[in-house]
Amino acid sequence: MDLNTLWFILVAVLFIGFFFLEGFDYGVGILLPFLGKKDLERRAIINSIGTHWDGNEVWMITAGGAMFAAFPNLYATLFSGFYLALVVMLLALITRGVAFEYRSKKEDPVWRNRWDWAIFVGSFIPALLWGVAISNIIRGVPIDENMNFTGNFFTLLNPYSLIGGIASLFLFTLHGSIFLSLKLTDNLLDRARSIAGKLWLVATALLFIYVICGYFYTDMFSKLGVNPGAIPILAGLAILSVRYLLKIKREGWAFVMTGITIAFSTITIFVGLFPRLMVSSTNPDWSLTIYNASSSPYTLKVMSIVAVIFVPIVLAYQAWSYWMFRKRISTKQKMEY
Amino acid sequence: MDVLTLARWQFAITTVYHFFFVPITLGLSIAVAIMQTAYYRTGNKVYKKMTKFWGKLFLINFAIGVVTGIVLEFQFGMNWSEYSRFMGDIFGAPLAIEALLAFFMESTFLGVWIFGWDRIPKKMHLASIWLVAIGSNLSAVWILAANSFMQHPVGYAIRNGRAEMTDFFALITNGHLWVQFPHVFLGAVATAGFLILSISAYQLVKKQKHEVFIKSFKFGAVYASIGSLLVILLGHTQAQYMVKIQPMKMAAAEALWDSESPAAMSLFTVGDEKNLKDVFAIKIPGLLSFLAYNKFEGEVKGINDLQSEDEAKYGPGDYVPPVAVSYWTFRIMVGAGVLMLLIAFLSTLKALKENYEFKPLWYKVVFWSMLLPVIANSSGWLFTEIARQPWTVFGLFTTAESVSNTVTAGEVLFSLIAYTLVYGLMMVIMIGLMTKYAKQDVDEIEKEEELIDDSILSNA
Ligand code: HDD
Ligand code: HEM
Ligand code: HEM
Repeated sequence: MDLNTLWFILVAVLFIGFFFLEGFDYGVGILLPFLGKKDLERRAIINSIGTHWDGNEVWMITAGGAMFAAFPNLYATLFSGFYLALVVMLLALITRGVAFEYRSKKEDPVWRNRWDWAIFVGSFIPALLWGVAISNIIRGVPIDENMNFTGNFFTLLNPYSLIGGIASLFLFTLHGSIFLSLKLTDNLLDRARSIAGKLWLVATALLFIYVICGYFYTDMFSKLGVNPGAIPILAGLAILSVRYLLKIKREGWAFVMTGITIAFSTITIFVGLFPRLMVSSTNPDWSLTIYNASSSPYTLKVMSIVAVIFVPIVLAYQAWSYWMFRKRISTKQKMEY
Repeated sequence: MDVLTLARWQFAITTVYHFFFVPITLGLSIAVAIMQTAYYRTGNKVYKKMTKFWGKLFLINFAIGVVTGIVLEFQFGMNWSEYSRFMGDIFGAPLAIEALLAFFMESTFLGVWIFGWDRIPKKMHLASIWLVAIGSNLSAVWILAANSFMQHPVGYAIRNGRAEMTDFFALITNGHLWVQFPHVFLGAVATAGFLILSISAYQLVKKQKHEVFIKSFKFGAVYASIGSLLVILLGHTQAQYMVKIQPMKMAAAEALWDSESPAAMSLFTVGDEKNLKDVFAIKIPGLLSFLAYNKFEGEVKGINDLQSEDEAKYGPGDYVPPVAVSYWTFRIMVGAGVLMLLIAFLSTLKALKENYEFKPLWYKVVFWSMLLPVIANSSGWLFTEIARQPWTVFGLFTTAESVSNTVTAGEVLFSLIAYTLVYGLMMVIMIGLMTKYAKQDVDEIEKEEELIDDSILSNA
């Protein structure tokens, strides 16, 4: 395997980590105003991700940094091309990050309510836009022979990517509701469970519609062939099993299964993309690939050494922090946020 | 306005804004870690209250530091895509390493620290704040490695129409980095020191002579003194380095039109930028040579000579940065530094005499002194970055070449306005919260704590 392929895999791994982890805390943020009726309940919900949301967000920052280092042309084309969508997403992330830290720092109910809605919007927008972005990358956007994006904001708003966005929105929200079923107690736990059941239906339906649309809008099917292999099929089976697992109250397993759905769907998309990084709808030959968009072999080598050493370390201490704070959160305990 | 101008304004506004919070994070994380270490060692409740009090302010600041940083990381691709294509091979590496090595560490352990009070073993809790402090300061090393490359490119070759890395080791042993990082780091120590000093003075004068603020005042005074003294000494080292690698920057900082030997240092100059000469100036003979070489002789090159040298090297063009801005931002930084040193030393003397009575004027000076390092930091960066113009990467790539070519002026204008509004609003909210918590009664914090501790016990 050459280093370009290794970095393609590493970028995919970072996106999987990002969607898996930040996926549920976007979901929690989206559910916050609906599940939490009283202030203490909302605090319990926020505290359930309080320890982790910032560390989760760094997965996105690292994915961005890795694209910059390994595939500078991808970073340049994607970020300058999807300009307005990214501005909106950045504004959402700004509000969200500040909101977590600030909402409980004043007693005022109006203040708190405003920040709760900021958390909702700040989680809703990126959960939607990441689906839109990924769908556009695989569907193809106009890119010329100099790797410049030639479309505009409205190019990105096509039926396929919008369905992708809504699907990711619901999938993350489902993932978040199951996470909450693992972290909360009493009333809140019941509410989280009941909403998870409802979300499951919508998320599953959307995911299958999205797959079908993939047949019409992308070349994924022709690339993956009649037998797509185990991964996409497992992604589908995993989400189907969630329904049953929720019913028998095995939330731990249900969470693993939505996690698998997210991870395996992401893998499927990356496999369909390989060896391209961004598909050009203008001319297939002008697509960005892991070769024409990459850094020099030397840089890739240096970065590989760094990644091989540090990715496991990061995984180890993040896992440790989840383990340390694995207890359920009740409205009766001391809360930080 | 064209895309280039707008993108430059956007970069200037968003980075200067980010850098209001960064030095506080860098300096205060260490300060809080030191306070908590004192608590851990002695078991003295006063140190615990200090940790909690300053820790709160730290968190309020940190939140904005994080979210404004994300904008910057995305901005290279969004507004400076041609720069990213040309430089990504070298520039992306430190950014990615920064995220992997430093951001993960600071964010994960900050979560552990916030939620770990009374929940995890004391030693582990103490370790987590140190890891936050180390992580933050490590992140500074990596981002400054990237910036140092732009000031002084090393370890690269121009191949395939772009700059490619040939020596990673050269990138992290770049001489510029190792004068820049200490200067930025010590500036951050001073910034946090003055914040602690000013707010402690406020509490001592307006609220109560509480043990917590007496200790904090002492701590702040010493911390600010160390920071101010060393940042100035290192600034001097940095200036000497600058004369060697970017003589044009030094010439602009001094509005030195023609080479001089020995060179005089200007205290006040009104220049004529069009015709590249002085209208009026007060100068101290020989001082610039001293600043540059540690002796009162030696030639310092002037703008006119450097312009012709650069034309010979890089082809026809204008290689003179905006002289007035460079000259004044440099003076504001140095001036602020001198004032800081004075105030920090006098405050240390006061603390040594155990005298916590403040004359009204002196109180005002100490209270508002927390703005001095903020001014110095911003003007320092404005100087470093603007006096490097017209280059983004010195000698290799110009700012005009760097800007994205597919982004429209309307898009940049929209984002510029949106960021500015949101940032303005956040600043107001943040200052409101900071004020609220700076005024907090420390004994109240403890009462809250006891209540909470009881409730935990009764639930157990
Ligand atoms: C000298 C130090 C320094 C400098 C020059 C910069 N930063 Fe910064 N940055 C930090 C020091 C720092 C920090 C101390 O590590 C922060 C500030 C507060 C915080 O939470 O971490 C941070 C946060 C921060 C974050 C969020 C990290 C997280 O989620 O934990 C990002 C993505 C960036 N920065 C990116 C940048 C970029 C792209 C810069 C260049 C233009 C930049 N920073 C300049
Ligand atoms: C946080 C501290 C920093 C501040 C306050 C700052 C400030 C500025 C300012 C004011 C400009 C505009 C100059 C002009 O266009 O006239 C600028 C440009 C720029 N700086 Fe910095 N900077 C900082 C750190 C960095 C770092 C760490 C990097 C690299 C990692 C960097 C990279 C750039 C780039 C790419 C530009 C755009 C091109 C340009 O206008 O020169 N800056 N910065
Ligand atoms: C009083 C004496 C000081 C001197 C002689 C001095 C010197 C310098 C020089 C020469 C540079 C430009 C380096 C370059 O572009 O290569 C610089 C930058 C800077 N200074 Fe200072 N400085 C002083 C005080 C301060 C103080 C008190 C602070 C803040 C608390 C400060 C913060 C900064 C910052 C943030 C930068 C930009 C980053 C960098 O390039 O290092 N400086 N200083």
